[in-house]
Amino acid sequence: MSPAMNVVGRSVPRSDGIGHVTGRTQFTTDRSFPGLLHLKIVRSPLHHARILGVDLSEAERVPGFVRALTHADVPHNVYTILGLIGVEPEEEFVLAEDRVRYKGEPIVAIVAESEDAALEAVARVKLDLEELPAVFEVEEALRPGAPIVTHWGNNTFMYEGHPCRRVRFGDVEAAFARADHIVEGVYNTKPIEQAPTETTACIAVPEANGRYTVYTNTQAVYFSLDNTAIILQVPGNKLHFVGGTVGGGFGGKVDVIVEPLATLAAMKTSRPVRYAFSRSEEMQVSSTRSAWRIYMKDGVMADGRIIARKVTSYADSGAYSRQTPYALTKHAANAAGPYAIPNVSIDAYCVYTNRQPSSAMRGFGITMASFAIEVQMDKIAEVVGLDPWSIHFINAYRDGDMKPHRKLVEDATLIETMQAAAGLVGHELPARFRAMTSARRPEGGV
Amino acid sequence: MGSKIVTFVLGGREVEVMVKPMTTLQAVLRYQLGYTAVKEGCRQGGCGSCTVLVEGEPVLACLLPAEDVAGQQVTTLESITPVDGLDPLQQAFLDASGFQCGYCTPGMIMVSKALLEHNPRPTREEILDALAGNICRCTGYEPIVAAVEGAAQAGAAPGAQRR
Amino acid sequence: MVKLRGTGLSAVNYPTGMNLGGDPSQALIHATTSGSFVVSLSATDLGQGLRTVIGQIAAEALGVGMDDVVIDTADTDTGPHDMGTFASRATHRVGNAVIAAAQEAREALLDVAEDELEAARSDLEFDGQGNILVRGAPDRSMKIADIAAAAQFKYGRTIAGRGVYMKPRSPVDPETGAMDPDSTEAHACTVAEVAVDTDTGEVTVLSIRSAYEVGRQINPALVKGQIVGGAWMGMSHALYETTQPYYPDPAYSPKDFSEYLMPGAYEMPKIECVVLEYPSSNGPYGVKGVGEMTANSPIPAIVNAIYHATGVRIDELPVTPELILRGLDARARAARLAETSTTPDS
Ligand code: FES
Ligand code: FES
Repeated sequence: MSPAMNVVGRSVPRSDGIGHVTGRTQFTTDRSFPGLLHLKIVRSPLHHARILGVDLSEAERVPGFVRALTHADVPHNVYTILGLIGVEPEEEFVLAEDRVRYKGEPIVAIVAESEDAALEAVARVKLDLEELPAVFEVEEALRPGAPIVTHWGNNTFMYEGHPCRRVRFGDVEAAFARADHIVEGVYNTKPIEQAPTETTACIAVPEANGRYTVYTNTQAVYFSLDNTAIILQVPGNKLHFVGGTVGGGFGGKVDVIVEPLATLAAMKTSRPVRYAFSRSEEMQVSSTRSAWRIYMKDGVMADGRIIARKVTSYADSGAYSRQTPYALTKHAANAAGPYAIPNVSIDAYCVYTNRQPSSAMRGFGITMASFAIEVQMDKIAEVVGLDPWSIHFINAYRDGDMKPHRKLVEDATLIETMQAAAGLVGHELPARFRAMTSARRPEGGV
Repeated sequence: MGSKIVTFVLGGREVEVMVKPMTTLQAVLRYQLGYTAVKEGCRQGGCGSCTVLVEGEPVLACLLPAEDVAGQQVTTLESITPVDGLDPLQQAFLDASGFQCGYCTPGMIMVSKALLEHNPRPTREEILDALAGNICRCTGYEPIVAAVEGAAQAGAAPGAQRR
Repeated sequence: MVKLRGTGLSAVNYPTGMNLGGDPSQALIHATTSGSFVVSLSATDLGQGLRTVIGQIAAEALGVGMDDVVIDTADTDTGPHDMGTFASRATHRVGNAVIAAAQEAREALLDVAEDELEAARSDLEFDGQGNILVRGAPDRSMKIADIAAAAQFKYGRTIAGRGVYMKPRSPVDPETGAMDPDSTEAHACTVAEVAVDTDTGEVTVLSIRSAYEVGRQINPALVKGQIVGGAWMGMSHALYETTQPYYPDPAYSPKDFSEYLMPGAYEMPKIECVVLEYPSSNGPYGVKGVGEMTANSPIPAIVNAIYHATGVRIDELPVTPELILRGLDARARAARLAETSTTPDS
């Protein structure tokens, strides 16, 4: 470590501060282009339905209507956003074909001269739908006979042949048998919207050289570009993505939803096209943080040591999995929390239901694990008759401990952090916890 | 119903715009006049990001038909930014890091501006009251409250000297 | 009306990055003839202050002032590849890539400085203020700006650097879950204090006090900003937010900010924090990552505080007044039952 730093470690003022306090920072929809067209979506009013017909004739007569896009216009209509890193199968429909799987699923895109005209035309599209039975509950979705949400025939994401992401470490059942106490909990959390104050938006602009510039507030410009290139079946070098200034993300801007359709519309009309979510689309249609159900069972010794943990978790991914399969893996790697637990078994399911899809959000897969784990810690303290601080110190992991997913702990500082928190709130810790460190345990130590 | 010409005073300058019925002041300012510091966090009256001052009073530009401001004074964040440097309130937001993504910032500054014009030494309670209609998803509000308190203190300094 | 007070504790770890498909970021740096350095990237600033933090890392690594660094990001025609801003990865991955690029650019500067200052490379050093000095000869120094100009106009050379940082792909063993999914772990411990109104079931969060350990802080004010904003979001998740209040029944979902509940400025509790720095082994200058984790530990701390205030255990989120009132009712019923059915031997 170099001893003296010049700027690292200093609270230098933000380079974008002046722009923000003067309002000169240019966000995506602050840009204007001559001839800008507006794109709005015809969405499914039902949670699950077969599409029998779509009648555009009245919409086409709305003054300012320019054109409609249906699934037939989308070159690669079925995709998976994580396909870029090899995740299969392709499952999400850019525009619905014969079935809609959640309320709000896009069926037709309308491009018009003004936003009002686009909305008017959207309202005049006639849908002929046959409602299908829908499933909204993660464990119901796994029962035999449940309506199947996906087009490939399964209500769980498959992890290399398993219906869940598994972790197996030690012998959980044997440890439960010798534990002094068993502490169990079922933790349920509801979906949450990322709610950045700037909604998801992009403007796709045809350039003179035959390329398309896409101004976007995506959290990941290359991820968005590469997925757009796949969906539109164009070489990536036809696309130029410009972003970087985002009015809040929190995971809400990592799905690639607006760019492919806006770019397609720009290609079909040779005009700039804006596709910006309304606030209600952001809330009712765009991805949320998943709802979770987490069953947690811990085997605990009379002295407070947790010797075994079994976790079965279900994340409600909604109709398409988007980034959620990843969340379950992350969840599985963190469901033991910052504690040294020698026997752990985890089954983490990514479950499809007929709900608006969920995807990434701040704390992806871990926020709700932390909630369950830490309420569980409080219960354990009560059951063994110790205070919550003690339970935390007794179980805290140290450098060199083995995590259930077989990664050695390094950079551990839980103990030091808890000591600092006790100091901050004026909680007097017993000497044995004050003396603890996260340093490697002595050979053979516990 | 056809469009009509609406004249109002924007940042001290008279402007004339052709406005379709039911067009919001927000749409006119952003998309006809290019005043994009007026943000559009919801266009439903729920977030405060579009706040402008009409005759000195904070108003949600997304709910106000543009024809309603005919003949009135409209102030946006652009209009309170001096040619050189910053308004003391803007400086206070900068000093207190009263923002992260900056999307709520124009609205926050405009409601605070109106507050301090009417009430140069607001209590903390009065500041919270003034900010109650504005949403920030990033900062946890505390830095914004601190910015307004800072501006009030800075504004109070000359008065204190006089005493 | 009774207000019951309680305190709750929680502690969390949080991983930096997620690399199941391999997780690379690149940076390119070049000097202009006026001696400023353009750092080209493709990570986005979501409001956390990425441009500022990366500017600090670049200035530090190049040995120049902040004013001499221009961050050009998120334009795919100029910026090299980056996975994106998520998973608390950006400062860690991009920062490492920038340091690598800066090192290459420094070597290019030293190549020219050797000739211009007529000194051996081993005698040259950066003063961190925009100059290259000859060790032990204070009169022999050169501005980096002049070296950059000389490189261009006198020697016909570029001052540039390329950097990449990649956490390689780690496949998961499908049977055991063995994997190496992240780069390092940050930690937090939170104590929350609440008051619960037993008539209305309303919870007032009085304080959220936390200790954080996030490796090296590049910019402490920005770290504090994440902690305060995250504490608010955690409280909001714990007590207010959902898109499906009757989940799993999808019957009703809020459509705007007047229906989607979040606390406002009025509800903010006192937020205090201390930040410890234990540099990580693999982050730029020891960075870990603080972007996401700050909303996590307040949630269980608040829920545990509600239990310690009321005796009502709630295992679901958000904790609504209705849940608390039902819990209080159930407790009262249980207490009455225990009274009337007291057994003789007790
Ligand atoms: S845009 Fe006007 S209140 Fe949200
Ligand atoms: S700074 Fe992002 S919404 Fe307030």
